[in-house]
This record gives sequence, structure tokens and C-alpha cells, in this order.
Amino acid sequence: MIPTGDSTPETDGATERRKKSKKPNYSRFTQQELPACKPLLTPTIVISTFILIGVLFIPIGLASLSASGNVVEIVYRYDIDCIPQQSQDDKLAFIQSSVTNKTCTTTFNVPKNMKAPVHIYYELDNFYQNHRRYVKSRNDKQLRSKAYELETTNCAPEATTPDGSPIVPCGLIAWSLFNDTYSFATQSKVIEVNKKNIAWQSDKDHKFGSDVYPKNFQQGGLIGGAKLNESIPLSEQEDLIVWMRTAALPQFRKLYGRIERDLAANEQISVTIENNYNTYSFEGEKRLVLSTTSWIGGKNGFLGVAYLTIGSLCIFLAVAFIVLYLLKPRTLGDPSYLSWNRNPDGH
Amino acid sequence: MVGEGLTTSEEGEEESPIPPSYRHHRRNSSSAVAASCDGFPKHSHVRHPSGADTERLAASQRELAESDSRLVFLGDPGLSDPRFEMPRNSIRTAKYSLIIFLPRNIFEQFRRLAYVYFLVIAVLNQLPQIAVFGRGASILPLAFVLLVTAVKDAYEDWRRHRSDRIENNRAASVCDPHSGRFFSKRWKEVRVGEVVKVLANEGIPCDMVLLATSDPTGVAYVQTINLDGESNLKTRYAKQETMIHPPGEDHPVDPAGFIRCEQPNRNIYGFLGNMEVDGKRVSLGPANIILRGCELKNTAWVIGVAVYTGSETKVMLNSSGASSKRSRLETQMNRETLLLSAILIALCLVMAICNGIWLGNHSDDLELAQFFRKRDYSDRDDKDENYNYYGLGMQVFFTFLMSVIVFQIMIPISLYISMEFVRLGQAYFMIRDANLYDESSNSRFQCRALNINEDLGQIKHVFSDKTGTLTENKMEFQCASIRGVDYSGGTSLRENGEEHCIVAASNQILKPKMSVKTDPELVRLLRNKGESEQGKQAREFFLALACCNTIVPLVVDTSDPKQKLIDYQGESPDEQALVYASASYGFVLIERTSGHIIIDVLGNKQRYDVLGLHQFDSDRKRMSVIVCCPDKTIKLFVKGADNSMFGVIQNKVDLCMIDATKANLHAYSSLGLRTLVVGMRELSRKEFEEWQSVYENASTSLMGRGKLLRAIASNIEKGLLILGASGIEDKLQEGVPEAIASMRQAGIKVWVLTGDKQETAISIGFSCKLLTSQMTQIVINSQSRESCRKSLQDAIAMYKKFAAISPDPFENILTGIVSTRVPMALIIDGTSLVFILETELEEDLFKVATVCDVVLCCRVAPLQKAGIVALIKNRSDDMTLAIGDGANDVSMIQMADVGIGISGQEGRQAVMASDFAMGQFRFLVPLLLVHGHWNYQRMAYMILYNFYKNAVFVFILFWYVLYTAYTLTTAITEWSSALYSAVYTTLPTIVVGILDKDLSRKTLMKYPQLYRAGQRDERYSLKLFILIMTDAVWQSVAVFYIPYLVYRQSTIDGSSIGDLWTLAVVVLVNIHLAMDVRRWNWITHAAIWGCIVATAICVIIIDCISTLPGYWAIFKIMGTGLFWLCLLGITVAGMLPHFSAKVLKEYLMPSDVQIVREMDKFWRIAATTSEIQNE
Repeated sequence: MIPTGDSTPETDGATERRKKSKKPNYSRFTQQELPACKPLLTPTIVISTFILIGVLFIPIGLASLSASGNVVEIVYRYDIDCIPQQSQDDKLAFIQSSVTNKTCTTTFNVPKNMKAPVHIYYELDNFYQNHRRYVKSRNDKQLRSKAYELETTNCAPEATTPDGSPIVPCGLIAWSLFNDTYSFATQSKVIEVNKKNIAWQSDKDHKFGSDVYPKNFQQGGLIGGAKLNESIPLSEQEDLIVWMRTAALPQFRKLYGRIERDLAANEQISVTIENNYNTYSFEGEKRLVLSTTSWIGGKNGFLGVAYLTIGSLCIFLAVAFIVLYLLKPRTLGDPSYLSWNRNPDGH
Repeated sequence: MVGEGLTTSEEGEEESPIPPSYRHHRRNSSSAVAASCDGFPKHSHVRHPSGADTERLAASQRELAESDSRLVFLGDPGLSDPRFEMPRNSIRTAKYSLIIFLPRNIFEQFRRLAYVYFLVIAVLNQLPQIAVFGRGASILPLAFVLLVTAVKDAYEDWRRHRSDRIENNRAASVCDPHSGRFFSKRWKEVRVGEVVKVLANEGIPCDMVLLATSDPTGVAYVQTINLDGESNLKTRYAKQETMIHPPGEDHPVDPAGFIRCEQPNRNIYGFLGNMEVDGKRVSLGPANIILRGCELKNTAWVIGVAVYTGSETKVMLNSSGASSKRSRLETQMNRETLLLSAILIALCLVMAICNGIWLGNHSDDLELAQFFRKRDYSDRDDKDENYNYYGLGMQVFFTFLMSVIVFQIMIPISLYISMEFVRLGQAYFMIRDANLYDESSNSRFQCRALNINEDLGQIKHVFSDKTGTLTENKMEFQCASIRGVDYSGGTSLRENGEEHCIVAASNQILKPKMSVKTDPELVRLLRNKGESEQGKQAREFFLALACCNTIVPLVVDTSDPKQKLIDYQGESPDEQALVYASASYGFVLIERTSGHIIIDVLGNKQRYDVLGLHQFDSDRKRMSVIVCCPDKTIKLFVKGADNSMFGVIQNKVDLCMIDATKANLHAYSSLGLRTLVVGMRELSRKEFEEWQSVYENASTSLMGRGKLLRAIASNIEKGLLILGASGIEDKLQEGVPEAIASMRQAGIKVWVLTGDKQETAISIGFSCKLLTSQMTQIVINSQSRESCRKSLQDAIAMYKKFAAISPDPFENILTGIVSTRVPMALIIDGTSLVFILETELEEDLFKVATVCDVVLCCRVAPLQKAGIVALIKNRSDDMTLAIGDGANDVSMIQMADVGIGISGQEGRQAVMASDFAMGQFRFLVPLLLVHGHWNYQRMAYMILYNFYKNAVFVFILFWYVLYTAYTLTTAITEWSSALYSAVYTTLPTIVVGILDKDLSRKTLMKYPQLYRAGQRDERYSLKLFILIMTDAVWQSVAVFYIPYLVYRQSTIDGSSIGDLWTLAVVVLVNIHLAMDVRRWNWITHAAIWGCIVATAICVIIIDCISTLPGYWAIFKIMGTGLFWLCLLGITVAGMLPHFSAKVLKEYLMPSDVQIVREMDKFWRIAATTSEIQNE
């Protein structure tokens, strides 16, 4: 059928329609035609990616390995050695007793030159500082400010004394503060151990209050660890601050102090250990570690090995893919590979 | 006057929801839609939220029973049926009020299972024994989601409140029953029984029964576009009884008058009632009621009485939500979710058992170990008091519950929320797609269902209606056969001058809006005053066409004051075409009222009184009208489908003429034309009077009115003289053959289901390239079950024979010979389907149908359409899509996995029932091939990726827990755990899920075969799930163990290494995503890299809070080279397997998509086009 009306009403209608038209406005966004990059894994890209990773990773791996190799580390496990022969059967009684002499001395040889600063760590094993009961048992508000002294939420069972006054610092973590001490000497000459600045500056400044003093601490029925000097504010109790950065894993090291002088190779160092901390109740292990540091931290070859492995694997893959591309060449975008071209039925 | 007092209004068929007009034979069974309520209660024609509604709908279709009716007293709202509380006319689309917002909204939100899971976990976490996270971190994710949704709901509700307020405060003119004066009242105060006056172009405040209109015959025109989307005007009638005394100042409302009508229901095309006024009883039908939501047009005023108000109006009852289909991907996803739950439970069990063993082994140590300290020494009175220790069994049980809390995100609940965002985004792009915009109907694509976007990418069967879907449903009169003589030599219309279609009316010129090609010989015959039999019959033929219809002529002004156009408004496009045709031949319908019509017969204005009208119905398949001609003869004009008409012809008839007509009809339908046969009979006075008395009784009867009227019609429609037949062309829509070809290439089978005759269906099949001449046609049109069985068995035998001839397709690959299989087409008609569907023959039909390339079903009833869809849906895993435009397609649209409505000429029921709606059939191609493909691959990837990313995180937590004495400590801060799936990794998946495109639109349209990726479930399967989960385990090992081995025996604290793990996992999963992104635009870049930066910022912010244990840790660890080397190592080691596997897969086993991407990249497309198309 053909409209026979005059053209004017038609055009009127047309303009009106245009006004009301619901036609979507064209934009590259609404039509999903934004300019875009369409990366494709061509053989060139694949092979160069693998080679690039290999070329990058192998040197890093070698560098890490050598850095780790340059670190000099002395590890000495003392938790068994420091128990007198007669107490070996009942270590727990020995460590719990208040009358036994827990001092023990040993000497060891410096295998290589150790450049200052030499870090002194104590290492605990099998000590779950990440145990749920333990890790939650602290109150950061109380640590921070005197105003929150009464704040002992989450601190159970070391929250308050039986008469109800708060323990500062409260909680299992503070209560179990490590209390072995070490002193070092060479040929009767004492080696100074610098115990300053072993904690994070940020913790000292913001996390542990300079107006918070220990109170009612370590006075309960069971002694968990070290006692604190009640006249020193928490912000300066660096051992506590270090201890309260709870470790991620059950085997961990904590910084004890630094020796600010070089230790020469073959130097004989005698160590006096006050073996106070009870790790015997849970088969824990205690070690003393002296170590220099490098840019990758302490002695750890894993990273270097891992980088070398990944790097060489990538090189291997690059070669493998080159071989594959040569043995089974496929022209990219060859339409004869399309399923409906291979099989006319399209099934 | 003879017609005085007669009700000529259209008493709609009570059981039919189709408009109160008839639809000719093409909709020969449209009324069966309503029948679906009985036969197929699950798929009734509107989505009913409850069974009660279905009952109410059914009630409207039964006869009006006393107990089930509503009494409305005219003008006296107080007296209205006391049994039922009538709501005021105020409407409330808003869901909430200020006070109930919070409880109600929260209740609504918790109806989703995901939120309940969140809640249970959060509540578990509040128990002191198993509190893993702090209060804040445990509630945060849930609170965040609830808040976002609540804010969104509140905003939407506020907008609804505002529009409600505007709507409720509109002014209505209400009659005071005592004085009869009209005064202004707000809409919300209108009550049932009040008499309301509405002026032209005003909205109608409530559903009202018409009492009077400005038109002396009681006609009113309404536009129902807001109600059902139909833009043409509908006629409504006031009853003659009430027309005489319109309520007003001089005639107060009759206080004794009352209306008895059915209870409110949602059937907008049905109404049943009667009115007692001035002591007379008058019947009321759907033509006597005007509904809220309509607008009054071309009528100065109407007065009506409110019968349904406010929430009981039909428009409000019909405002139901969208469908709630579930996508196939989501169903498959549930399987994997179950698997993940199993993994989660396994992890938790491992944790609980290990914890039990550890506690058992260390039971002696626990009392003193500083990190456990089982005994509570602070209470000195009771030395045996334990601190937070409840015995081994309870500890193990608590560990189990705690593991559930810690590992909760193994089940990616946030995925459900992300999926909703992604679908919203995908819908946005589909709606905004300029290629899916239909210029002619000015309609955009509509997404009515929001959760099956991705199903569009997996369709295997398309069931299409023919009329209005494949064709335009714009009818054009093509040829006529009068007394067996064919007149089809249509010539250009201007040739004969224009005077025959122009009517001079008091120096004004009236013209029909459109004119039709006319056959010069027929024109000459009509103009020839000589009384040849042929000429007389031709004149009667066109007279019949002009008056036997329900078309309303509307006079439209043009810019030329002397010229006016006649626009024929009606609900059936066939009728419009016939009336335009008769106008072109000189029989111009000028005016129609309920009592008479005025026709300009070759220049003379003649008045015909309409004495009776028999609606079209699907049993009779014809309609008829009784008119009193100017020469006082009474004539019955009938038109209808050929098979129904030839059954009621005169006995002593010119057989040659009948045969010639039949031959013409056959020729017309072979051309794809829609045919109608026209007949007439002159009634004697006696015959008429008999008819009149029964007709009058029937039309006011309360019981079985519809049935009675049908019986009367069949009684009078007999002994007809066949005048001739008409052929109407329904043009194919633009691009249909190309669309069908594309879909076939895409591996989609197109089935056409039509109500048309077999010949018409086949010819349309050829013209839209569905059928080709090489195809072997299997035709099944049997009259009995046995012959059906035989036909089916023959068909199977034939298929087997062909299968034996053509070599095995596998051999084809080896030999390279193109398959010689003969394509087959199955053509089956509705009668045969009656014997096949829902019997044991279904299985045979399924076998035959699935091996055929094309299936064409003709003469099918709406319920059969649904039955055919169900045939495929129930017997195979294939996804089905149904597309249609009319009420008769509703059942199949609802039955199919995806229902698409064409928003075309024919009402809105199909659109209302559909999941998606669009303007043209050909849009199906971009919709499926482009959007469907994209949606599917995006959604499939997103689901897998979300499973993977949450699993990586959970496994990292799991590895760490192995080193914490199985006590569920997390090194990653609780805040990071809570934010991981919500903030750290969600945005990129959503962006990629909305924006990533594997291939461009152009390419997808060019290679429809790429669609098969979705049909083959290429992007989501159990295999892919297992692969990506294995990858997740490896990546979690890389993330966890590289730092673990590096930092073992060091001074590292939990927070620092936790920060490293957090950043590493976020970087890794985002790099993984980045590696799989196919198309990088600036938004993708911003989302992925931005997310990593955002995570770093979040971690930094968390570590700046000095009351958290991890204070400053991130700065300390980021200051070391080791951290960065770890991060780099983790990323490379983690991605290495995925990257290598991806490269290998793409190189050795490239998918079609991959090859075409390469072709795209290397510009090989142009060169190889010809090669591709040799399929």
C-alpha cells in the first residue's frame, strides 16, 4: 500500500518521530567499539617471554645465591646442653625450680670473618607464637596509652590480678616474654652487646606508650617468662616490643642485640647463657644465632635456587617451544583448521 | 427503525482473552490460549504469581455466578457490596513506607539463599568460642551488600512514592448523587459506585462502566497504549438504556440502579456483568468498560460508573514482575558449587581431625606451654579451672566450625552478586545496541528477564511463529476471485484517476489514508451500471468487505483544510487491508457507530443499519454481520476461512463456480497469500424476526451467553451464496531469508509453527529460504492415529535409506568428499499433531524431527505450539528459543528456555510474556550470534574465574593453618580476608564480564559457525572446572610456599608475611585474569591495574591503624628487596603452568574462536572469505 496523503503531514510526523525516537545514541562505548588492543600469543611473543624471564631470573638467582653464601652464620642449640647431666631426666623440674643455677657457658669458633654489625638472634622452634589462643591474647590499646590502662579485653587469662586490678602489659604474649640472656667474651675480654634499636622505630613511637609503665606484671601463680622493670616505660622495653611482634611460623628468630665490631675468623668466643626460658614443657628448641646480613637478609639459599630453577625452566620451555614450532608448524589464522572446514557436516 | 433497542455491541467471547474483535482464519485457534489454563496449568497465558490468581482468571471466563459477583450501586459508594471491602482508588506501587522499610527490606533481601549463608556464617562467628574474626570484619561483607541493595531499593521506592503521589492527586470530575452536579475530586478519593466524567485526552482514573458519551450513539474511543501497547483506537460503547438520560444536573443518578459484575481479575480483554437501571436489565461486556491506564480520544466526554478502583483495577493487577527463568549456565554452576561445598567440608574435616590429633599428642604439654596455657591460674580457688578449653571433643567441633568461617569464601557467594551486575551491564549493552533498534516501530531491544542473558549463546532450536514474526503483518490486498473469476491484474493505482476513492462531503474531500492497486477490469465491471450477474456479485462482494468488519474510520485533519484523510483503525490487519481495498474500489467506509455504518458506494452515501454482529470464534472460523440495506432488504454478510465457509454454502449451487473459486484459492495460497471467503444471504422478514428474538434473549442472558450466541450464529450462517474470495499478501520482513541462512550456518535449527494453511506455509517456507528445492519433503497430514503412525514410520524408513546411501560423515573427513546427504524437511499439520503429541508417537516424531533440517508445522493451535517446544525440551538437552508476536504464541514463548516477543502490530501479550522483546525477526541474528556469544563466553569465564580466585585464597589460608597447630589463625588480616572477594578482586571480573569480547561483531556475523562454541558448552564444563581448580591449588602453593621457604628461620612477623601473601594473591589472580582478557581497552586496564593499586592502598591503610597488631608492617617489608623478589617469583612461578598450557592449547588444539582471532589479527579474512563459504 502506498500512502496517498500530502507530503506535509508525513514530514511533520517524521520530525515528531525523530524527536521522540528511542534510537540509542551512537557512542563507541555503548556499541562496544572502544579502541582496544587484542594481544595474541604468537610464537615470537611466547618465545621472547620465556627467554626474557630466563634472562632476568638466572642472574637474580645467582646474585641471591652469592649474597646468601656471603652471610656468615653461627647457630648453636643450647636447650639440651645447658641442662646439667643430673637433670637431663627431668628438665622441666630443673627449669621450674627457683634455686638451680641456670647459667651455662660455652665457646665456639668464628668460621669466617664477620663484618659488623653482627646480629644476635635467639631462635625458638615448635613455639606456636601464631597459635590462635596466643596471638589474640593482647590489648593494643592498653599498650599504647595510660588512659586505657583498664582495657584488658582479649587478654584472658592474664588480664587482671585476682583482686581485679589490671595487669600491664596484659595478655599471654607479654606474659610469656623470653628471658634467656647472653653475654659474649673473647679471651676474658667482654664483647659489648648493643641492645638499643632492636625494635621497630614505629612500634616504639606509636604502638607502645611512653607513659605506660608495667604494673602487676608477672605476679600470678605461674611465671611465664621475663619480668619487667616497672620504672621503664613500655616504649623503651625493646625486648618486649620485639617479642610482641608475634612470629609468623612456629620456628622463628628474634633479634636479641648487635655486636658492633667485626669478628675475625677463628676467633674463640665464649658465651654465657642464662637458661631461664621454659621450652621443655612442650618440646621446644632454643638456639643462639650470630649472623651477618646482606641485602637478602640472613642466610637463605632458597630464593636463589628458586630463581635459578624458574629461569632455567623458562629457557628450557623456550627451546621446547622453538622445537615444537619447527616440528609442527601451523600457520596462525589458517582457515583450513576451522572445524567446519575440516568437517563439512559441522559436527 | 429496526435496530432500535438492539444491543449490537461486541460481546467478547467469555473464554477468550483476545481482543473483542475476531482475527479471521489466520488466528484460527487463538482462543485456545485461554484454554491453556485448563490443559496446561503451568503455562497459562500470564505469569501468575499464585494459584489464587489463576483461579480468578478462570473465574472471569466462566459465566457470572451470583455468589462470585460484585454489586455496585450507581452513584452511591456507601451501598456498594457490603460483603467486600472496596479499596479506594489510591494506588500504591511503592513497596515500603518509612517505618516498615528497614524490617521489610531486610526480610526481602534475606529471601536469597546467598544472604542467608552470609548471615549464618556471621552469626556463627559471634559465638565467643569460635569467634574467628572480630565483630566488624565478620559483619562487614554482609552489611555492605545489604546496605548497597537497601540504598538502591530505597531510591527506587522513593521514585515510586513520588509517581504514586502525582498519580493519586490528579483531579477527577465526580458527580454528586443528590444534586447531580460534577465537582472535582482527587483520584485517590474516587470510590466504587461513583459516577465519573472524563474529558477528551484525559486519563481514565479507574475501571468504569460507560453510562453515556458525547456521541449520540454512545461510542467512545480509547487508546490503550499504556495498557497493552496497542496504539490504534478501540471503540467502547455506552448502553442505549443509559445513553438516554446521561447523569447530570437535570437527571440525577438513579438511586435504584446497580451493576452486578465479576470480581476483579487481571484479564484486560474480558468483562462480564449486567446492569439494572430504570427497571431494565442490560448486559455488559468488555466493550462497555473503559480501563484505568487508557486515554480518552476523539470523544468530547464520557460518563461512567467506577466498578474497580485502585489496586483492583485491571492495569494494577497486571503489573507483575518479569519471569524467573534460570539460565543453563547457572544450573550447571550449581553442580560445581556442590563440588566446592564438598571440598570445603573436606578441608574443614581435615582441619578438625588434625587439630584433634595435635591436641591428643600434646595433651601433657598444654598446661604449661606459654602459647596455650590450658589451665587458668588467675583463679586461685579452683586450680582445676581450665581457661577456654572444653575438652578434646568440643575443641575438635569448634575447630570444624571455625574452619567453616575461615574458609567460607570457598563458596563464592559474591559471585551471585557479581553475576547480577554483569547481567545488568550486558542488558545495558543489548538495549543500547543500535543494530537492535527498529526504526519502523521506534522500539529498542527490551530485556524483560535479567537472568538468562547467557542462554542466548547456547540456542540450538528456534521455534518461530510466521505471521508478524517472519512476515511484517502489514496486509496488502492482492487479488480477488469473484464468482470464480480471478482478478489479480493489479495495476498502478494512479492510473484510473483518483476520483473513485475521494468522497466530497460538503466541499471537503475525504480520502482513505492508503490506496491499493486495483484491477482495471474489476473497476470497469463495478462502474458498469449494466446489471450483469458478475457486476452485481462484485458489488455485493465489496459491500460485504466494507461492512463485515469491526473497523472504525477516523477522520484525520491534514495541513490542507479542504482535505481530510480517513484512517481505518482496527485490531485485525487483515480487516484493515480489506477495508482499504474496498475503498480503493469505490466502497468507502466513512462512519461507524454501534447502530449503523455509512458507506460511500461509488459516490453515493448510503446508510446501512447494523442489526447484529456475530463475533469471530475459533470453532466457526468466520464472522458475520446482519445489515438493513437502504432498500430495506436485510442481508447477512459472512466472511471466514475457506474450509469453514464451504461447509455452509447453498445446496443448489453452481459447482463449477465453487470449483473455480477453490482453484483460485489454491493458487493464492500457493503464492503465500492469506485467503478469505466471502458469502452472503438475504434474510426474509420472518427469518430475521425469529433470529432477533433469540439474539436479544441470548445477549442479555446471564448463563452461557457466549455459547448461546455461538449457537445462534451457526444457526443463521447457512445456505450461503459464495460471493468470492480475497487474497491478502503479508510481506516477509526485511532480512528474513538471510537471517535464517545465518542461523542455519550457526547450527541452529529453525522450526516454523503457523496457523496458516499448508500451502501458504510451504510457500512462505520457500520465500524465506527455509525450504529449498533440493530438500526432500516429508509431509504428514493424517486424519487418524493409525495413518500418523504409518507416516512417521515411513519417514523413519526414508531417513534410514538416505543415511545408508550417504557415506559416514567420518569417512568424509578422510576422503574429503562433501557429504551427499539429502537435506530433509518435515511438514506436519495440526490435525496430525493432535494424534501425536502426548502419545507414544511423540518419540517417533522426535526422531524424525531431529534428523530433518527444517520442520514446518501448519494449522497448529497455540497449545500445540507449546507442545512442540516441549517435545524438544523434554527429550534433549538442547536449548530452545521461541519467537512470536501474538497472543497465540504466548504458550510457546513461556515453554521455551528463551522466549522472545516481537513488539509488532499485534498487541503486547507476546511481549509481556517474553524474556526479551525486539522489533524485527532479523535482530535474532545479532542477538544470538553476537550478544549471545559474548554473553555466554563472558559469563562462563567469569564463573570459572570466580571459583578459581576464591579457591586460591582459601588454599593459601589452609596451607598457613597447617603451621599454626591447626588453630585457624590467619596471617592475612581479617579485614583483608573480608575485603578480598568484595573489593580486591571483584571489580575486574565484573568489568571483564561486561566488556571483554573474544571476537568483533563483524567477525561473528561473518562466521555464524562460531556460534557452535556455545552449543558445544565449550567454555564451561566440569573438565574446565577441574583444570582451573588444579591450577588454583598450584598457584596457592606458589603463593604460600615461596615466602614460607624464604622467610623460614627469620625474624619475619605474622603481619608482614600476611601482607606479602595478600598482595601476592591479588597480583596473581589479577595477572591470571589479565592473561585471559581478549580485548584490552582503557576500562579493562583501569579495572585490573587499578584493583591491584587499590589493594595495596587498602593494605597500607590497614597497616596504618596503630591499634592493630600489624601496624607499619607493610612499610617495613616493602622496604626490603626480598619482598619484591618474592612477589616477582610468585607471579612467574604461579603463572608458568597456566601460561604454558594456554600456549600449548592455542597452538596445538586451537578452537574455532582462536583461529578466527588469528585471522582477524593477521588480516587474512578478506583473502579467505570465498574459501569459507564453500560449505
